Amino acid sequence: MTLAAVIPAKHSRNPNDVLAPGVIRVMKDDGSVDPLHDPALSDSELVSIYTAMVRVRLLDDRLVSLQRQGRIGFHIGSIGEEAAILGSAFAMRKDDWIFPCYREFGAALWRGMELQRYIDNMFGNANDTVKGRQMPDHYTAREVHFGSISSPVGTQIAQAVGFSWAAKLKGDDVATIVYFGDGATSANDFHTGLNFAGVFKTPTVFFCRNNGWAISVPTERQTASASFAEKGQAYGIPSIRCDGNDLLAVVSATREAVARAARGDGSTLIEAITYRLSGHSTSDDPKAYRQENEVEEWRRRDPIARLRRLLTTRGLWTDNDQTAAEGAAQEEMKQAIAVAEKTPLPAQSTMFEDVYAETPWHLREQAEYLARCPRPVSKH
Amino acid sequence: MPQMNMVQAINDGLRLEMRRDPRVVVMGEDVGKVGGVFRVTAGLYDEFGDDRVIDTPLSEGGIIGTAIGMALYGLVPVPEIQFADFIFPAYDQIVSELAKFRYRSGGQYPAKLVIRTPVGGGIRGGLYHSQSPESVFIHSPGLKVVCPSNPHDAKGLLLASIRDPDPVLFFEPKRIYRAAKGEVSEGDYTVPLSKAAVVREGSQVSVIAWGAMLYEALEAANQAQSQGIECEVLDLRTLWPVDIDAIVPSVKKTGRVVVVHEAPRTCGFGGEIIALINEKAFLHLEAPPVRVTGFDTPFPYTLEMDYLPLAHRILPAIVETARY
Repeated sequence: MTLAAVIPAKHSRNPNDVLAPGVIRVMKDDGSVDPLHDPALSDSELVSIYTAMVRVRLLDDRLVSLQRQGRIGFHIGSIGEEAAILGSAFAMRKDDWIFPCYREFGAALWRGMELQRYIDNMFGNANDTVKGRQMPDHYTAREVHFGSISSPVGTQIAQAVGFSWAAKLKGDDVATIVYFGDGATSANDFHTGLNFAGVFKTPTVFFCRNNGWAISVPTERQTASASFAEKGQAYGIPSIRCDGNDLLAVVSATREAVARAARGDGSTLIEAITYRLSGHSTSDDPKAYRQENEVEEWRRRDPIARLRRLLTTRGLWTDNDQTAAEGAAQEEMKQAIAVAEKTPLPAQSTMFEDVYAETPWHLREQAEYLARCPRPVSKH
Repeated sequence: MPQMNMVQAINDGLRLEMRRDPRVVVMGEDVGKVGGVFRVTAGLYDEFGDDRVIDTPLSEGGIIGTAIGMALYGLVPVPEIQFADFIFPAYDQIVSELAKFRYRSGGQYPAKLVIRTPVGGGIRGGLYHSQSPESVFIHSPGLKVVCPSNPHDAKGLLLASIRDPDPVLFFEPKRIYRAAKGEVSEGDYTVPLSKAAVVREGSQVSVIAWGAMLYEALEAANQAQSQGIECEVLDLRTLWPVDIDAIVPSVKKTGRVVVVHEAPRTCGFGGEIIALINEKAFLHLEAPPVRVTGFDTPFPYTLEMDYLPLAHRILPAIVETARY
C-alpha cells in the first residue's frame, strides 16, 4: 500500500507567491499590463479609484494617530490592502450588496457612505450610525447596501449566503460580496457557508483577503492546503487566486465572479494575495511575531504605489495631483474629526433602545433605575 | 372546531401563514419531503415547493446563519432545529448575531426569525434528545422565548411569533406533541406574546409552569385539592419577556409559590422568576418560594422519570409550601 504524497503548504508570505501559476496578475513590474485579464478601466475610473485609495490610506494613518493620542479608543485598518478592498468594491454593481468583515471602510466610502458618518462611528457619538453601541470600525451603511459589522470572525459568511440565496429565490439580479480574512477560513461559518452556497448555487462572491496574518498566527498555521482558493473545490465552487495588490487583477477577478453570479451559475471564491502592513489593530504590536524584512519586502509591493506608477506611465497623474488629492483628503478629514469631536455622546436612555422593536417592561424598569443613579465619574 | 394535537396545530399554523405571507419560508434538516422527523411540516413541501420548504445540509450553524441572511433580504424564515439539544452549533449565530442585529446596527438591520425546535424529556431520548435550554436564550438580550402547552396556544403563539418584529425561539414540548389534544380554530387567530394564562384559579399556592410540565402541575394541584389546598396554576406561555403582570398579582393573592421546570436547577428560569417575585412581592410572601426542577446533571436516559419534575415531586412541594 502506498500513501498519497502530502503536498506541503506553500504559504511563505513571499511576495513572489503572486507569480505562481494560475494567479491572476495584470500589472507587471515593467509597467505593462497583461491584456488577457486587463479590465480596461477608463482613465477617469483609474483616477477616481486611485484617489479613493489615497484617501483611505491617509484616513488609516490619521485614525492610528487619533488612537495613539487617546482621542478614539480603537482602529482596525486596511493599510496595504487598499487594492483588494477598493478593486472588489468597484467591481460590484450598484444594486449588489456588501457583507463586510471589519477592514472594509474603503468599500463603504466608495459606495457613498458619508465620511462624517464613518468618523462619527470612530468617536461613538450621538450621530454614529450604530449609536455608540459598538467599537470603532463597526459602523453600518444600509443606504449604500453595506451590511452590519460584528466582531466574531466569519459569521457574516453564512449570512451573505442566505442573503444572496433570498435574492435568487425572489428572482432579483443581485450579487452579494462577503469579505473575510485568511483566519476566517478556519471558522465554521466559512465551511458551512461555502457548502450551502455550493448546494444552492447562490450568487455569492466570497472574497478572502489573504493578508498573511491572523493577528499573530501566520497562514501556514491556518491551513495545510496549498492555497486558500483551493478550498472552494471541495464545495463545488470555482476559485480564483489573484494578486491582491494589483488593482486591475482584483477588478478582473471580481467582475468574473459577479458575471458568474448574474448568469445564475452560482458562487466564486476569490483569494486575493495581499499583506497586512500594519498590526492587526491599534491594540497589536506585530514586532513581537514577525520580521521587519518580511514587511519591507511587501512594502515594495505597496498597492497604492503600484497603481500610481501605472497612472504616471499613462500620463494620468502628476506630483501636483498627488499633493492636491492628499490636501483635499486631509482637509475633509480635519473637518469631519472636528465635527465628530464636538458632537455629544449618545443619551443614556439610548442604551435600552433597539434591543427589541418595542421596549419591554423589564428594560423600561432598568432604564428608569439607571436614570436615578449618579453618572459614572470617569469615562473609563 | 376540529380536534388537533400539537403537531397538527403547529402544522396548521405554518400552512396558514405560508398561504397568507409569501415571504415565509420553512427550512431545516428533513423538513421537506419527509415533513420533519416529528411530521410538524408534513405536506408543506407538496403545497409550497422546494423554494419555500427547504431541506438543508446538516449544519445548524448554516441553517441559522443563512436564515439570518434571508431575513435581512426581506424573507421571513421559520427554520427548524431538529432537537433543541442540537441548537448549540448555531449558538453563535443566534446569540452573537441574531439577538444583536437590531441593536448593533442602530436599528438599520432588524433580523427576524422564528426558530422552531422540540424541547424536553420524557420520550426516552437521553442526554441529547431531552434538554430544555430556554434559560441560555432568555439570558441573551434581544430574543423572545415562547413555549406553548396546548394545540390552541401552539398555533396562536406561532402566528403571533411569525408576525412579531423580534426574533423568537419557539420551543415545542415534544412529550406532548401528540398527547396534548384540543379544539383548534381553523381560521386565523393569534395568542398574544408575553401574556400568561391562569389555567386554574386558587387562593393558597401559585404554581408556575409551562410546556409539558404544566400538566404535571395541574395534576399535582388536583391532588393538593383533595388535601384541602387550593392552587392557582399559571401557564407562562411566553417565557421572555415574561408576563410579570400575571405573576405578581397571583403571588400577592396566595403568598406562596412553586415554580416548575425541566431544565437543570441552577441558573434555571425558576431562579429568575423567584428573584422577580422577591423584588416585587416580598412583603406578601408567607413562605419561601420553592423550585421543583430537573437536576444539575446531564439528562439521564434510564432514570428520566426520576429526573423530571413530575406531579409526584410537585405535590409535596405544594403541601410543604402551603403548611410552612
